[in-house]
Amino acid sequence: MKKILAAGALAAVLLGLGGTLPAQAKAFTEIKFGVDATYPPFESLSPSGQFQGFDIDLGRAICAYLKVKCVFVSQTFDSIIPALQARKFDAILSSMSKTPARAKAIDFSSQMYDEPTSLIAKKGSGITGSVDSLKGKTVGVEAGTIQETYANTYWKPKGVHVVSYPGQDQVYSDLLAGRLDASLQDSVEADYGFLQTPKGKDYAEVATIKSDRHDDPKDVLGSYVAIGVRKNEPELLAKIDKAIAGIRADGTYKKIEAKYFNFDVYNDQANH
Amino acid sequence: MIGIIHDYWRAYLYTDGYTMTGVAMTLWLLTAALVIGFCIALPLAIARNSRNPIVWVPVWIFVFVFTGTPLYAQLLIIYTGVYSLSIVQHTHFLNEFFRQGIDCTILAFGLNTGAYTTAIFAGAIRDTAFGEVEAARSLGMSNVTLYRRVIIPAALRRALPAYSNEVILMLHSTTLAFTATVPDILKIANDANAATYESFSAFGLAAILYLCISFTLIFLFRRAERHFLAFLRP
Repeated sequence: MKKILAAGALAAVLLGLGGTLPAQAKAFTEIKFGVDATYPPFESLSPSGQFQGFDIDLGRAICAYLKVKCVFVSQTFDSIIPALQARKFDAILSSMSKTPARAKAIDFSSQMYDEPTSLIAKKGSGITGSVDSLKGKTVGVEAGTIQETYANTYWKPKGVHVVSYPGQDQVYSDLLAGRLDASLQDSVEADYGFLQTPKGKDYAEVATIKSDRHDDPKDVLGSYVAIGVRKNEPELLAKIDKAIAGIRADGTYKKIEAKYFNFDVYNDQANH
Repeated sequence: MIGIIHDYWRAYLYTDGYTMTGVAMTLWLLTAALVIGFCIALPLAIARNSRNPIVWVPVWIFVFVFTGTPLYAQLLIIYTGVYSLSIVQHTHFLNEFFRQGIDCTILAFGLNTGAYTTAIFAGAIRDTAFGEVEAARSLGMSNVTLYRRVIIPAALRRALPAYSNEVILMLHSTTLAFTATVPDILKIANDANAATYESFSAFGLAAILYLCISFTLIFLFRRAERHFLAFLRP
């Protein structure tokens, strides 16, 4: 294994040295993004099967800035990091928050945007963010998300039933069907993907949760949302960082943001 | 690998501290589905061989529908589709039953394996040698006695090899259970994978556990075949 890694590293160094070789130029004609397209307005599939959403538009803008082709690849969220490691795609663009646990496995770009976690429940259900109001109730989360880890870490030991689902859309369908009393997910996703749709009219955000302990290694909610890349690819990371700074500076980001949100989703001062 | 075993061995085998998970859940799903499947397959297989179309056509349709559609679709229909019907939500018993993901999963698995088992048993019954039936009739056996003493025991013996395949396939099908939020072995493997990102170890462990269960089942069926099909050995 070590030998293979060493050989790979050597090859990478050689490729890096031969900057003018066609092989090097060819390597950066496209970026493949891994996407869990069950998370509107960030990423979802249109009825005709096209990827759409805020993340997708940002990804296209990043590709346009870098003058490369954009390819999107569907992948469920709980296996999106292994799929990145398995080279199914080059980067994760799927509303993924940077957490200490994830940062051990992959590298994260600079901030794309930032949003708290929110708990939604039926209006008048009496559920608040407190553990007491949730005791004995059933809360749905998507498998592999920071919200799943949060609910399992802080709520499950105190008598809250936490049920994991393969996709966020199934969480909502069971919330609507009445199997779930509440669901925990990104606040903007909950707002745009569910509460503002006709189906979500009887439901409301009852609490938002935001981590304030970013130095804590057990900080399950993490800091901001970013693009994830494999650890050994600093060139790609640098290019993506440059592109994010670029589209922030030239107004492309604001334009895309205005298409989806009427507030500042980048949320500059929230972290650090 | 060691880390995953250290942190997740209990979840892989029987519990995550709150509910039954892993091997215990997979075996429970398998057993419950097979019992339900066997119980519906036996009468349906007899009905399938009836000469009366009112009896055999519904069975044929049941088998056709459940063997002709993917189990995944059946599970989704029973789990999400049926529960969204208002009659189910407003009938207390149905509501309580379909609310639980595990009930829906066992029902879907049971009906599915029941359909395949019906096809296997019906074929075995159809293969009954005419002479055996004639001999039984000549002894003045009634239809019920004929089936109870001659046709069913012989048919079940003949069906054993095919049935053992169905059991192994059902074991593999239980990996769909997480679709209905049931934490089987594969769900725990996904958890371990999502927490550590050591995919090879996480899913490798799951594969080893499935292999162990498969080998045990194959061993038991070999023993059963040697016992019940002894008359076929040279």
